[in-house]
Amino acid sequence: MAEFLMPSLGADMDAGTLVEWLVKPGDEVHKGDIVAVVDTDKAAVEVECFESGVFGSILVEPGMTVPVGTPLALIGPGPSAEPAVPAPSPAPSPAPSPAPSPAPSPAPSPTAPRAPATPPIRHLARQLGIDVSQVHGTGPDGTVTRADVQAAAAMQRRPRVTPFARRLAAELGIDLAIVTVPDPGGVIRAADVRRAVSQAKAPSAARPEAQPEPERAAERQAAMRRAIGNLMARSKREIPHYYLSTTIDLEPMTQWLRSRNRELPVTSRIVPAALLLKAAALAAREIPQLNGFWLDDHFVHAEHVHLGVAISLRDAGMVAPAIHDADTLTVTDLMACLRDLVTRARTGRLRGSEMTDPTITVTNLGDRGVETVFGVIYPPQVALAGFGKVTSAPYAAGGLLGVRSQVTATLAADHRASDGYTGARYLEAITRLLQKPEEL
Amino acid sequence: MTPQQAREQIGFALKRAAPGSDVDTIDPDADLRDALDLDSLDFLQFVEILSETSGHRIEEDDYPELATLNSSIRFLAVRLPPGADMVSAGRERKCRSYGTS
Repeated sequence: MAEFLMPSLGADMDAGTLVEWLVKPGDEVHKGDIVAVVDTDKAAVEVECFESGVFGSILVEPGMTVPVGTPLALIGPGPSAEPAVPAPSPAPSPAPSPAPSPAPSPAPSPTAPRAPATPPIRHLARQLGIDVSQVHGTGPDGTVTRADVQAAAAMQRRPRVTPFARRLAAELGIDLAIVTVPDPGGVIRAADVRRAVSQAKAPSAARPEAQPEPERAAERQAAMRRAIGNLMARSKREIPHYYLSTTIDLEPMTQWLRSRNRELPVTSRIVPAALLLKAAALAAREIPQLNGFWLDDHFVHAEHVHLGVAISLRDAGMVAPAIHDADTLTVTDLMACLRDLVTRARTGRLRGSEMTDPTITVTNLGDRGVETVFGVIYPPQVALAGFGKVTSAPYAAGGLLGVRSQVTATLAADHRASDGYTGARYLEAITRLLQKPEEL
Repeated sequence: MTPQQAREQIGFALKRAAPGSDVDTIDPDADLRDALDLDSLDFLQFVEILSETSGHRIEEDDYPELATLNSSIRFLAVRLPPGADMVSAGRERKCRSYGTS
């Protein structure tokens, strides 16, 4: 019987609070299923299961805070599983899996039971956490189009209610519309429902854990600052940073983006940040010495580019979750992933893998009007790229002085893993890539 | 579109793009992005919703017109006939006081 442990959701996490179980004993679970919500100092995170089998007894109840590595529950072998062989990942499900391309069916039925989708669309859906088989396809023969997947993702962005909170609200006869959350646009949790109850039913039977809202928010904020402080102090203590900076001519990118956005629907618009992120991801693939981790006194190169994106939670601090395989996504898909990630970061619905997987991080403070940002590396990563504001300024190009749009790109990198020469190649690669935006 | 209609649509779009924002408490001449802490993704969402509700496609070149609440109201009222005449400051002030009731 395997143990499901309190996961480490980042180098700065020592303990976590189990907020909610999303499965119950007896449920069949598969590797990768989201089974619980865990609260860290930084965010509520949806935690995936690393085993397949049947969910056994629960060892830690919601509300308990336990150190990383504490067993939370037991997972037993599946009902049909033969004597405990280390569960081979479930065989391709017997259900007719959606064909990658529309099968040459002689009778194109508009009501095909399962919508086919092309591999790129499938990939996008996976990135956005959308089950493609649940998406209504509006393409030819009911194929699922990019727009369908994006629409499904948009639906997901709506304010969410945890299943437990929903149940609780139903039991207590509380209308979810009157439940407020501490963070604007946040997820409604059980505690919020309880607070609404105590507010609605006068002070008589207030629950002990129902704290006044400002107090709770202040506590969260303090915990977030502590977590950021600890990690950044460790980074500055352990990592010998070196810093590089360059100004990049963005005129080609700005013009390309402008004409592209003029031709497409408003909802397909792309912001400059998406192109900058794509260039940063491709450059990380080109310069492998910067993409990976410093572990046990040596550099471990990461095969994939999981691009960490620093996201401001406004007054509530920041997180830097990953866009998986960012170097392989089209700019359109990257934009969709970025929007999805920012929304979920701010509503407290990040996944465990997003918190732990970044191989290199990008911070983009351009929106806040800052021209240059020198970042602090997230251990155990070895590099952090920064972009400032896209400005219009005098720029010499082709022997002429003109006003062109430009951006300052910076790199903070770990001198144990690379030298300035390598870092310079990284910024050079970004510069080169941004000159041909149509190829990104 | 009347200034009052424009104001309502802007208020709706801002509420969606920046949950918790209230059009009645915003300084009408303050920079919206600063006042509501909108990043480029939030602002894009604001533009998307406003394009949809007003039925008028807002181009990126129009973004400077959406700098403040007042300039946004002016933009919609001027762009969308009828009422294609410039909105007087007096009328605008009046519509603001409606909104706070």
